[in-house]
Amino acid sequence: MLQIRELKKSFKLPDGQRLAVLDVEQFTIQDAEQMALIGESGGGKTTLLHCIAGIMSPDSGCIDLDNIDLLKLSEAGRDRVRAAKIGYVFQTFNLLPGFTALENVRLGMTFSNRKPDPQRAVELLRRVGLGERLHHKPSALSVGQQQRVAVARALANRPTLLLADEPTANIDPANQQRIIDLIRESCAEERIALLIVTHSMAIADQFPRVDRLEEINRVHVGVKN
Amino acid sequence: MNLLHIAWRNMQQRGFATILTVFSMALGVALVVLVMSISWTITESFDRNSNVGYNLIVGARGGSLQLVLNSVFYLSKPIEVLPYDDYLELLPGDERAKEIKRIGGRIAEPERAGLYSAYIQGGFAIPICLGDYYGPFRVVGTTPAFFEKLRYGKMNDSEYAFSAGRNFVDHSPEHGFFEAVVGSQVASAMKVKVGDKLQTTHGDPEGTGHGEAFTIVGVLAPTGTPNDRATFINIEGFYLMDNHARAFIDPAHPDELKVDVEREASAAPDRLPLQKRDVVAVLVKPGNPLFAVNLERPVNKTMRMQAVSPILEISNMLAMFVGPVKNALLGLTIVVCVVSGISILVSIYNSMSDRRRDIAVMRALGARRDVVLVVVLLESMLIAILGGAIGWFAGHAVGVACADLVEERTGLQIGFLNTITVYELTLIPGLVILATLAGIIPALVAYRTDVSRNLGA
Repeated sequence: MLQIRELKKSFKLPDGQRLAVLDVEQFTIQDAEQMALIGESGGGKTTLLHCIAGIMSPDSGCIDLDNIDLLKLSEAGRDRVRAAKIGYVFQTFNLLPGFTALENVRLGMTFSNRKPDPQRAVELLRRVGLGERLHHKPSALSVGQQQRVAVARALANRPTLLLADEPTANIDPANQQRIIDLIRESCAEERIALLIVTHSMAIADQFPRVDRLEEINRVHVGVKN
Repeated sequence: MNLLHIAWRNMQQRGFATILTVFSMALGVALVVLVMSISWTITESFDRNSNVGYNLIVGARGGSLQLVLNSVFYLSKPIEVLPYDDYLELLPGDERAKEIKRIGGRIAEPERAGLYSAYIQGGFAIPICLGDYYGPFRVVGTTPAFFEKLRYGKMNDSEYAFSAGRNFVDHSPEHGFFEAVVGSQVASAMKVKVGDKLQTTHGDPEGTGHGEAFTIVGVLAPTGTPNDRATFINIEGFYLMDNHARAFIDPAHPDELKVDVEREASAAPDRLPLQKRDVVAVLVKPGNPLFAVNLERPVNKTMRMQAVSPILEISNMLAMFVGPVKNALLGLTIVVCVVSGISILVSIYNSMSDRRRDIAVMRALGARRDVVLVVVLLESMLIAILGGAIGWFAGHAVGVACADLVEERTGLQIGFLNTITVYELTLIPGLVILATLAGIIPALVAYRTDVSRNLGA
C-alpha cells in the first residue's frame, strides 16, 4: 500500500552547500503490515516519515500511497491525503494544550472530507483506557495518558497507514510496552499498516519485520555536493 | 469540531490576553456609540430648539445671530430695544387699535391697522422683554399668549403644559400684574414652587432684587427647549418695575404726531402708558407661512428693524459649529477603534511565536495552509465582534445611566433603544473589516509556518 522509489532529500546548509539526508532506492509496506524501522539518531528516520506523511517535500522520487502518487499532488492535495489516510504518533505527543482529550482526538477528524464521528472519538479514548478522562486537558494527564490520547488521535480517521516516530522515547519504561501493545493491537484490529521508528532493539524485535535505515538509505553521512 | 470551535479554544488558552484585547475593543466601540448618542442628543435638542413655533423674530437692527441667540436661547445681551409702537404695527387685523385702547397713552394714528397686519392675518405677534435675571436664569417679560399660542417639538405640535399651577394672566385679583411662570430647570435649581415669590435682578445675575416681587403661579413641564431655563413674568408687571419705563425720546415717533388715547374702562389698575414702553423682540407667525418671506423684506428695509428666520440662523450655526465638532469627535473615536484593532494585531501576533508548534500539529493532522489562516482570522473576528457587542451595550448603558441628567438639562428622554442611530449599522461591517485587517498579518505567519521544523519545537 506504500511504495517508495528513488526518494532523495537534502537540506541547504548555511554556507550554501547541500546536505544529503535520504537516498532510498526502494521501500515498500503492504496492507496491514506492521514493521519497525531502526536507525541511529540523526540518520534521517523522522525526515523519511515526514516525506511519507507529506509534511515535507523530497527533492525527487516517488511516494505511492494506495495508488496515489503523493509527489504529483499539490501541497493542499497532500494535506488532504494525510488527513484521510495517515495517522501520526509523535515522539513528543504534540497534543494541543488548550483542548481536552476528547477534543484532541476529534481534531484528528476535523480536516478530512469525511463526516466527523464524535462517537468514535469517545470509543477510541475508552479503548485506550481513558474513558474517565474525556474532558481533561493534557496538563491534567500523566505522560503515559497523553501518549494514549495521541494514539487515539492518530487512529481517529481510520487511516490506512499509521506512522509512529519513537512513540515511547518520552515514556517511562513501565509504560513503554503498554504503548507499543496498544498501538499494535489497535492497528491489527482495524487492519492499519504500521511503521514504527525506534532506536530500541527491544521494541523493534517484537515486530515481524525490522528494517535498518542504513540498509535502505544509500546516504549514511551527509554528502556535500 | 469546526474551525470556529478551534478559534474559540485558542482564545481561551490565552485567556487573560484575550480578555484585555476584548476590553480594548469594547472601549473603542463604546466610545463610538457614546459619540453617536451624544450626536443624536445634540441634534434632537437643536431640532427641538429650532422648531420654535414662529417663523420670524423682529428686533432692532444688528447681528441676526445675536438676535436669535438672545430671543430663542436667552443668551448674550439684547442688541437694542424697539418702541412698543413698532410691535403694534405687527398685530394682525384690528388688534392694534384694540391694544391701544386697552393700554392707553400717546400714539400716532390710533385707529388704523398695523402697517404689517396684512402679512400677519390669522397669525400672531408676541412681544418679549429681556434684561432681568432670576438667579442665573434669564427673565422674559411677555404676554400669556406666549404659552397659549406657541408650540414646540420636532413637529411643532406640542402645547406648553404645566407640571404645577397654570399660566399667568394679564391681571388677576390676587396678584395683579405680578404673576410669573418658571421653567422646570429654574424651579429645580432655585427650589421654588407655585405660591412662592420671586424678585428679579436688573441686568446682572449677581445683583440685588429690584421692583415688585412676582408670585409664581405655574411651573412649566420639561420641554427640552431653552424655556426650561427661563423665568416668564407678565409684561405688564415688567413695565411697572423700576427703571423699565423708557427714559429717552424716540426720534422715530415724534411726539407732535401723537394723540392721547384714554385707556378703556377696566377693573385693572393703570398700566404703563404706550409711549413709555419698549420691547426687545417680537415673535411673529403669519397665518400663512408663505407670508413670512414677504414680511421679511419690508421690515428689513426699515432703518431700525430687522426680521430674521430663527430656523435659518440656527441651522447655519449648527452647520458652522456643531457639525465640525461632531465630526471631530467621531473621527477621534474611530481612531480609538483603530488603535484597538492594532491591539488585536499585536496580541495575536505576539502569541504566534508560542503557537507555531500548535499550528504545525494542526497542519500535520491534515489542516491546509488556508485552514490555519482562517482559524487565526476567526480568532481576530471573534475578539472584534465580542468586544464590539460588549462595547455597544456599554455605550448605550452609559447613556441610560445619564438619562436623568440629560432629561433635566435638555428635556430629552434617553432610553436604551431610542438613541440607536442608523449609523450604528456601520459598526458591524466596520468591525469585520478591522478584524480582518488586524488578523491578516498573524494569519499569514500561521500560513507560512514550517511544519517539519516546528513539530519538534
